[in-house]
Amino acid sequence: MNEDEKLSGLNRRGALECMLWAGTGVLWTIAGGVPASKLIGSALAAPEAADKGFSFIQISDSHIGFSKPANPDALGTLKESIDKIAAMPAKPAFLIHTGDITHLSKPKEFDDAAQVIGGLKIDGHYVPGEHDYIDEDRGKAYLERYGKDTKGAGWYSFDQAGVHFVGLVNVVDLKAGGLGNLGPEQLAWLKADLESRSASQPIVVFSHIPLWLVYPEWGWGTEDGAQALALLARFGSVTVLNGHIHQLMQKIEGKVTFHTALSTAFPQPAPGTAPSPGPKLVPAGELRSLLGVSTVVYRQGTEKLAVTDHPLSEAV
Amino acid sequence: MMSKTSAKSRRPFWTALTVAALLASPPARAAEADAATENIVTIDNFAFTPNALTVKAGTKVTFVNHDDIPHSIVASDGQFHSKALDTDDTFVFTFAASGSFGYFCGLHPHMTAKIVVVP
Repeated sequence: MNEDEKLSGLNRRGALECMLWAGTGVLWTIAGGVPASKLIGSALAAPEAADKGFSFIQISDSHIGFSKPANPDALGTLKESIDKIAAMPAKPAFLIHTGDITHLSKPKEFDDAAQVIGGLKIDGHYVPGEHDYIDEDRGKAYLERYGKDTKGAGWYSFDQAGVHFVGLVNVVDLKAGGLGNLGPEQLAWLKADLESRSASQPIVVFSHIPLWLVYPEWGWGTEDGAQALALLARFGSVTVLNGHIHQLMQKIEGKVTFHTALSTAFPQPAPGTAPSPGPKLVPAGELRSLLGVSTVVYRQGTEKLAVTDHPLSEAV
Repeated sequence: MMSKTSAKSRRPFWTALTVAALLASPPARAAEADAATENIVTIDNFAFTPNALTVKAGTKVTFVNHDDIPHSIVASDGQFHSKALDTDDTFVFTFAASGSFGYFCGLHPHMTAKIVVVP
């Protein structure tokens, strides 16, 4: 994708581990936003004058149905995550789930997740993970629940107070030897979706598998993610939210900020630190420091989106 | 095939008395041992083993997932597509025609391997 990604494994790994430590529980902000005056004066769909901004939640990889030793109670830790969100002083405008809602795409898994998340009584915006697309009908169970008003395998966009949100699907029709995949149809849709928008409009893109090449050796990246990022290159503020890798990872590249979220179910090893990805068994006392949720704050006038990660082990 | 989890969950129903009987006649173990001499591809740590398996035409190949994460078996030429295999689930396919058949995991496509079928 870029020269950074071609660095030797050792250097990259070292850097990523540092980023992991730096990211945990620390408030970090995104540079490269746009001045508020420009925002208000741009071709946005008339932001409400009274609107000072909003916050939303990212949760990911709840893997409802998972019951292996790495976390025998994935539904329980999702409940804890939802309780944590409910206890936050500022009520988020909505929630984004970046996929792997379920472990095996079973109806009961989807229903259990929906019941727990529904307790928040805020809107939810979802994209599927590969685990949400493995029913016999390959995606029917997911699309029946979350496919309304979406295109193709479940991609869509929406606007919230001047910010444009795009949910992409990169877990369907994967090709031998490849990574996550958006496909030409979705890329064409994305191009059309972004075309008429002002470059000053903040964009938030979310998908399950990281759009950038985190660690291709483990399939942690999106084959044609660079094409999506090329379509976003002209925008002044782009935030990319992903899941899949069950650990915090952050990168800023020009105007684009990348963030991967903690899982609410189980951690995975840092890239290259284990023979393969997969559920990582940690001492019971450590599990909740490796699970959690993120809040993202957009505030007009401060020109920044701020992402804060909240491990379950930390007080709100 | 019975998954490891469900086999464990049944354990409370067996009393100590039945343990001796199980040891004397472990049918599941015996079947597994027979199968081991047949053609089996295992999945451990997100990899197929063996990575290339050679069999005679008409051979049944069994794929078994030992990971804590589901995988699937998808032929590169589209001739088969297993359902998602949870831990210890299996998929069986009979390779009738000779040739080299690549396959991959539909969930984690960086996992690739092949079956070589000889006449």
